[in-house]
Amino acid sequence: MKAETRTYWLRAGGAVAFLIVLALVINFASHGTFLQPGNVVRVLRQITYNFIMGVGETFVIITAGIDLSIGSLISLTGVVMALFANATGLHGFALIAATLIVGLAVGGAAGFVNAVPVVKLNLPPFITTLAMMQIALGLSYILSGGQPVPLQSTDFQNTGYGSFLHTIVPIPVIWMIVVLIVSSVLLMRTRFGRYVFAIGGNEEAARLAGISVGRVKTAVYVISGMCAGMVGFLYMSLFSSGSPQTATGNEMLNAIAAVVVGGTSLMGGRGAIVGTFFGALLIGFLDNAMNLLQINSYLQWVVLGGVILLAVVLDELRKRYLKRA
Amino acid sequence: MRGIGKSFPGVRALEDVSLDLQAGEVHALVGENGAGKSTLMKILAGALAADTGEIAIDGKTVTIGSPRTAENLGVGMIYQEFNLVPALNAVDNIVLGNEPVNGLLLDEGAARKRAEAVFAELGITLPLTVGTSSLRVAQQQMIEIAKVLSRSARIIVMDEPTAALTNNEITKLFEVIRTLKARGVGIVYISHRLEELPDIADRVTVLRDGRVIETRVTKDFPPDDIIRAMVGRRLESHFPDLPAVAPDAPVVLAVRDLTRAPSVNGVSFEVRRGEIVGLAGLVGAGRTEIVRAIAGADIPEQGAIDVQGRAIRIRSPHDGIAAGFAFITEDRKAQGLVLGMSVRENVTLAHLEQFVERDRLIDRRKEQATTREYIEQLDIRTPSTEQLVRNLSGGNQQKVVLAKWLLGNAKVFLFDEPTRGIDVGAKAEIYNLMVKLVNGGAGIVMVSSELPEVLGMAHRILVIRGGRIVREFDRAQATPDAVIAAATGAAA
Repeated sequence: MKAETRTYWLRAGGAVAFLIVLALVINFASHGTFLQPGNVVRVLRQITYNFIMGVGETFVIITAGIDLSIGSLISLTGVVMALFANATGLHGFALIAATLIVGLAVGGAAGFVNAVPVVKLNLPPFITTLAMMQIALGLSYILSGGQPVPLQSTDFQNTGYGSFLHTIVPIPVIWMIVVLIVSSVLLMRTRFGRYVFAIGGNEEAARLAGISVGRVKTAVYVISGMCAGMVGFLYMSLFSSGSPQTATGNEMLNAIAAVVVGGTSLMGGRGAIVGTFFGALLIGFLDNAMNLLQINSYLQWVVLGGVILLAVVLDELRKRYLKRA
Repeated sequence: MRGIGKSFPGVRALEDVSLDLQAGEVHALVGENGAGKSTLMKILAGALAADTGEIAIDGKTVTIGSPRTAENLGVGMIYQEFNLVPALNAVDNIVLGNEPVNGLLLDEGAARKRAEAVFAELGITLPLTVGTSSLRVAQQQMIEIAKVLSRSARIIVMDEPTAALTNNEITKLFEVIRTLKARGVGIVYISHRLEELPDIADRVTVLRDGRVIETRVTKDFPPDDIIRAMVGRRLESHFPDLPAVAPDAPVVLAVRDLTRAPSVNGVSFEVRRGEIVGLAGLVGAGRTEIVRAIAGADIPEQGAIDVQGRAIRIRSPHDGIAAGFAFITEDRKAQGLVLGMSVRENVTLAHLEQFVERDRLIDRRKEQATTREYIEQLDIRTPSTEQLVRNLSGGNQQKVVLAKWLLGNAKVFLFDEPTRGIDVGAKAEIYNLMVKLVNGGAGIVMVSSELPEVLGMAHRILVIRGGRIVREFDRAQATPDAVIAAATGAAA
């Protein structure tokens, strides 16, 4: 095996080992409740939303960009989808599919708007997506009149909350696995994915190699918006309504935290979807464990913040160590 | 400065260099690119430490460990790239780092007085309260001069001060320099423009290959002698034999009236199949800008480009590659490579379509096989195809860039400083590769600041000055003196 591949698997193996040890410790501390099948499934379901948002954010961050608008886009896409579902005459699978497509389209369109000033005028994405964050939130309140929009159809119950195989595998987890596989292949095995890394690593070299930098950058913001649309769909299904209050303000930060804890560099050029999965899993583990251990919720914030800081500090120290070696 | 020596890994930049400067004297320092002028001045300014030798100011030996020490000793540097903060006005820039204070607050009145005093002394007036970014280059330069003077500099180093000035501005600058002389300030004046030396310099020192060749009083040092001292006699044996261009070889690249102001002004030339055309000239003459405009890295304002007789339209590097260009940039780290990616990923980056299967996924095995072929063919020293290019040496990095462009069967190769910063062995390999390319029917445009390289590796030499082709030499006619004379504008 080649050196680079080996370090990759060493890192992945290390992450798995760390999570297993952590899980065993938490399990011991919680007197065996943590690793009960019901609780494990609960953690997986809870991290689905954070992970899917983190996937879109991973693409953006590897190009050395950032997308702050995804939290608001969950609210906006949820409201638009609920209004659409109530207005259309469709039923059953057709309704579900059409609604999901609407959500993905709205999210993707918002991502496109995010990208245009970044690509055409070279504006910092921090600013354009910050503006989109406010615009999307405002629009979701305007469109919904400030109230949750209840779904009239009950067809969405299974897509948001149901389970396969006698309630063992929740539907959101199926979504998560599909997203994990599709996005990993897209990032690691296609030309597009290679270009995402090249742009984040050295944008000028990428441009001179003939890569359409503008198109690739636009695509990553569209993907990020679509991931937010998918999470909007899952939340809408879960709550049977599309609400402007779905996004509380923490979603985007948690997604970025999962990406960064997962080893993707904010400087661009380096990262992996699997890393984001482990990042989301670690954050989900800790969240759940602290609830089980009845840790004060204010203290939970402090712990989560500390974990994020620790993760990036360790990563930086690892890089310096490798450079010296 | 006595017996100054300085080595960088693999290069001896300075060897036993001695230079003296009297109060009220303008001492010109000339030499080709890479002769060691900048290194010497950086040592004087405390930006680099010398390996050997000593520096004495007013007869006292001093140790200049940092730019701050240099400043305190009265040494002021005016680099070609100014060190002004563009958003701050002239006054703020002049006092930057030395702000007069009134308790905790800035004393703006005192700062302004200090700036005005310096300008009055120089006999110039400038807008003091607007951001320096809105001022002309010549005005910014005056602010730089005022800045070093306000720190009581007695030795001022000027690096190519006239490079970006108009004739009127140069006259004005020379007046200021004479004022400084009258005040007893000594000036080290670095310039490529030999024709201006009689007007301003008292003495001229020529550096070549890190050594002082000669120092003479300017009026006893005619331009021809200066050029001869700059060029010297060199070994040329490490260049391979260039195959002759067939008399009936078709034109592969035709460039007509290419313009991108201010650095490219109406450039027209042709390259034939199997021909290497060298673009010679000084740094800043517009050579890099010409090849960038051809490759689509910058978009030209006007001009036509034909490849193999077909008119093409280039709006981006992507179009350039599609038209059959391979552009090997001058700065491989900033423009040629993604340092955090592997050798394999860099080699295939510009032509990934060759490695995509029908299922639209990249075939890594094929990538690795192809990369291994190039590693072997170009003798790239790397432990594996998966090594990050960051970890390779300069010469091997350059070979990775070459492999990337060899993959595409380009018809015209644009080389910008193809051997900069790489060792002699790798250089020879790159020259051999160029010969192989022209034997295979490609045309090559090569920009190089190394005169022997242009003379040894080009069938024809175009000398660029001010974004124009000022002279053309056949390989047989070209002599170092003639090329330098054309490049510096000292042509007889």
